[in-house]
Amino acid sequence: MAQETLSGWVRKLQAREISSRELTQLYLDRIERLDPQLNSFITVTAEQALAQADAADARLAQGEQTPLLGVPIAQKDIFCTEGVRTSCGSRMLDPFVSPYNATVVERMNAAGAVMLGKTNMDEFAMGSSNETSFYGPVRNPWDTERVPGGSSGGSAAAVGARLVPGATGTDTGGSIRQPAAFCGITGLKPTYGRVSRYGMIAFASSLDQGGPMAATAEDCGRMLNAMAGFDERDSTSVERPAEDFTAGLNQDLKGLRIGLPTEFFGEAGLDERVRGVIDAAIEVLKGRGAEVREVGLPNSHLSVPAYYVVAPAECSSNLARFDGVRYGYRCENPEDLMDLYTRSRGEGFGDEVKRRIMVGTYVLSAGYYDAYYLKAQKVRRIIADDFRRAFADVDVLLAPTTPELPFALGAKADPVSMYLSDIYTIAANLAGLPAMSLPAGEIDGLPVGLQLIGNYFDEARLLGVAHQYQQETDWHTRVPAAFA
Amino acid sequence: MSVDTSEVRRIAHLSRLAMNDDQARDFAGGLSDIFAFVEQLDGAAIEGVEPMAHPLDAEQRLRPDAVTEPDRRDAYQAIAPAVEGGLYLVPRVIE
Repeated sequence: MAQETLSGWVRKLQAREISSRELTQLYLDRIERLDPQLNSFITVTAEQALAQADAADARLAQGEQTPLLGVPIAQKDIFCTEGVRTSCGSRMLDPFVSPYNATVVERMNAAGAVMLGKTNMDEFAMGSSNETSFYGPVRNPWDTERVPGGSSGGSAAAVGARLVPGATGTDTGGSIRQPAAFCGITGLKPTYGRVSRYGMIAFASSLDQGGPMAATAEDCGRMLNAMAGFDERDSTSVERPAEDFTAGLNQDLKGLRIGLPTEFFGEAGLDERVRGVIDAAIEVLKGRGAEVREVGLPNSHLSVPAYYVVAPAECSSNLARFDGVRYGYRCENPEDLMDLYTRSRGEGFGDEVKRRIMVGTYVLSAGYYDAYYLKAQKVRRIIADDFRRAFADVDVLLAPTTPELPFALGAKADPVSMYLSDIYTIAANLAGLPAMSLPAGEIDGLPVGLQLIGNYFDEARLLGVAHQYQQETDWHTRVPAAFA
Repeated sequence: MSVDTSEVRRIAHLSRLAMNDDQARDFAGGLSDIFAFVEQLDGAAIEGVEPMAHPLDAEQRLRPDAVTEPDRRDAYQAIAPAVEGGLYLVPRVIE
């Protein structure tokens, strides 16, 4: 039962083989029974979910066929949901019940999705292990002593354990792809500007992008169809006509030019076993007619350092809004206004968030702007230019999603070693390119992710390549034994 | 670059984060490591490169200067820590 995909459920719902209420109850029961092992949900909205399911059943009875009608999903707790706590994994927003819906939530509601709840995440999406959440760490369903990745770790673990067939994530430096890889699921970060950021709590506004996480590429395409689209309430939303992201699924791979960035294979730190999995995946794609060649991204080694200037700078500015005055956490008995600000923020934010706010404040402070921020913005351009040159010769880029297997809880205590777990994902965010991770193998019972990076607005092609791979392999169908 | 406890406290103040000496000491090592790590950017070949603020180099979109949002003051104030008579309350600023 839990094996069925989101797309499979949509078909069964439309064929009236199961009602949305039955399906919703089935997943709510799984969450109640199994989530105590994972901590993947911060809030479960059972009552509202069943009401949404009944409404969906009524619409299904009328013969309606909206893309996600009646299918259960979960929202990362970074998306504002009207009347439901939206914590962003932080004590700062623990008391925050959003007065409005994010555009993504509005669009998925309109498509008929049933929201089961809000998933756990690193605080304000700052982390690669889901250990920075105010609500405690999420555990990896493949080995509960290991991390699920982050920051969308709750969504990844919930989908990996089949507590929900699909969930939303956000990806600022790898926060969809890295947890997708660690939990054995498929996740897509669209081109910057595809998915509205309205109501998606801001971390680094020039990098943040929402996207789908599910078992298969087909599921992700179906979800993205509901999530994406121009939104005048997001000033960086891209004005393009609506597109069917499932249109390329059945495109064969004959003549597809795949580039392997040498820098993503040669660097020290890539686990040889992960490399073996990626090499095997390349053979599968070659077998379906793809041509493979090496390409260079000579500035990619500067991605992580550039990111750790740009992202903290934007975060320090975005998180200035949390002041203890208008909403969210407020300290007890403030002596004066400065005490109100500093203690509300000092008590409301966790250590990693404070660290990034301080890095950002420092690099933007008088006298340092040119040395850090301006330099990083220039490096960002040469990284993006590397991709432009590569895409002149190839259609997609292929690489590992992460250099290593899911690590143990507590294993990366110092910040820089944690930051380096996103070494292969960050460049796509800096350039604004679409990129995805899909399951491509297992080592010692732990999943390994394959990353595909596409040219701007080429999501349909990426999903098509992934779907073709998933026709030939069964990694995406595997569920950890304890959750089967 | 390495930062000491007093520098951490100065940055914390600019960031409006309450922080005592013990906490500042705990942050100093991690922050020093991060600043040392981003120094790798010093070797980048960026002479004459235009800084990139937006991945698609998009222009800021403008809209007609018309009212589009409804007044939702009550809904927004309902979630505030302290309000009175339609105003947000903070400690006294002017004696």
